[in-house]
Amino acid sequence: MAETAEHSSPEQFKKHLGQYYVVFVALLCLTAVTVAVSYLHLKRPLAIAIALVIATVKAGLVAGVFMHLISEKKVIYAVLILTAAFFLLVLLLPSLTIFEGVVV
Amino acid sequence: MSAHAADAAIPHTVEPHPVTGLPNGKFGIWLFLASEVMLFGALFSSYVLIRTQAPHWPPEGGLSSEILNVPLATVNTAVLITSSITMVLAWASCKMGRIDRFRLWMGGTIALAFVFLVIKYFEYTDKFHHGHFPSTNNFYAIYFTLTGLHGLHVVGGIIVNTFLLTIGTRLWKVDRDHFTNRVENAGLYWHFVDLVWIFLFPSLYLL
Repeated sequence: MAETAEHSSPEQFKKHLGQYYVVFVALLCLTAVTVAVSYLHLKRPLAIAIALVIATVKAGLVAGVFMHLISEKKVIYAVLILTAAFFLLVLLLPSLTIFEGVVV
Repeated sequence: MSAHAADAAIPHTVEPHPVTGLPNGKFGIWLFLASEVMLFGALFSSYVLIRTQAPHWPPEGGLSSEILNVPLATVNTAVLITSSITMVLAWASCKMGRIDRFRLWMGGTIALAFVFLVIKYFEYTDKFHHGHFPSTNNFYAIYFTLTGLHGLHVVGGIIVNTFLLTIGTRLWKVDRDHFTNRVENAGLYWHFVDLVWIFLFPSLYLL
């Protein structure tokens, strides 16, 4: 298994600090991009798509690097897959009421 | 009682549990975060439903970015992102055996959390001065509910981090690895609070 921040000696550990700074700068840049794009006043579906893609990339960086998800144990992935499935259910379930509204 | 203290101690605070491969605290915090995803997820789902059913959003007309203060929220986003890296560095300092550096970075994390809340306070009071309350309309109801719940999470983070910076540091002298794991768990929670804001900021302020 590749050397991870989690299980390295203090000397090796210092090498991992660099990637935290890279992610930090990337997060600030992506924040600037998402705000800049909002001033372009694009059409709403496109604006929503761009903003959500940027937010998802930022969330991925935070979860992957700051929360060490890229080198985590399988049981945590299992918990998160289950959580994501239920989250999607909660997100999509209300849309059933919309379809019902259309029929009525 | 004290004779049995060792028996009563929570197991696997440092050594990974044989089944999960993780210290119990870390597994526990991830399960807690899973419940947090559902808490914020249900509210976010309500937001999507209410918004897609509204003839116009915001209901009073205009754009969300004209009603809410985008520059302040952008600064607050940067503040939270910065507090996330200081939190990582606080944990990294523990890993490298530098409790002095830990104090510095953890102090910075707590200070930035307060900066976030102060900016949020100015945003809220500005809305109140203009007569905008949660009861005003769905837009403000959702805005205050989601940012309010998120703000409470920031307060929770301040409490936990302040504990670790003050009396909680005593554990460092007894069991360094255990203390480092506690800092890591507090960090996982703190990054999650940052993560929630990463989604709240564009969906409430920009879109």
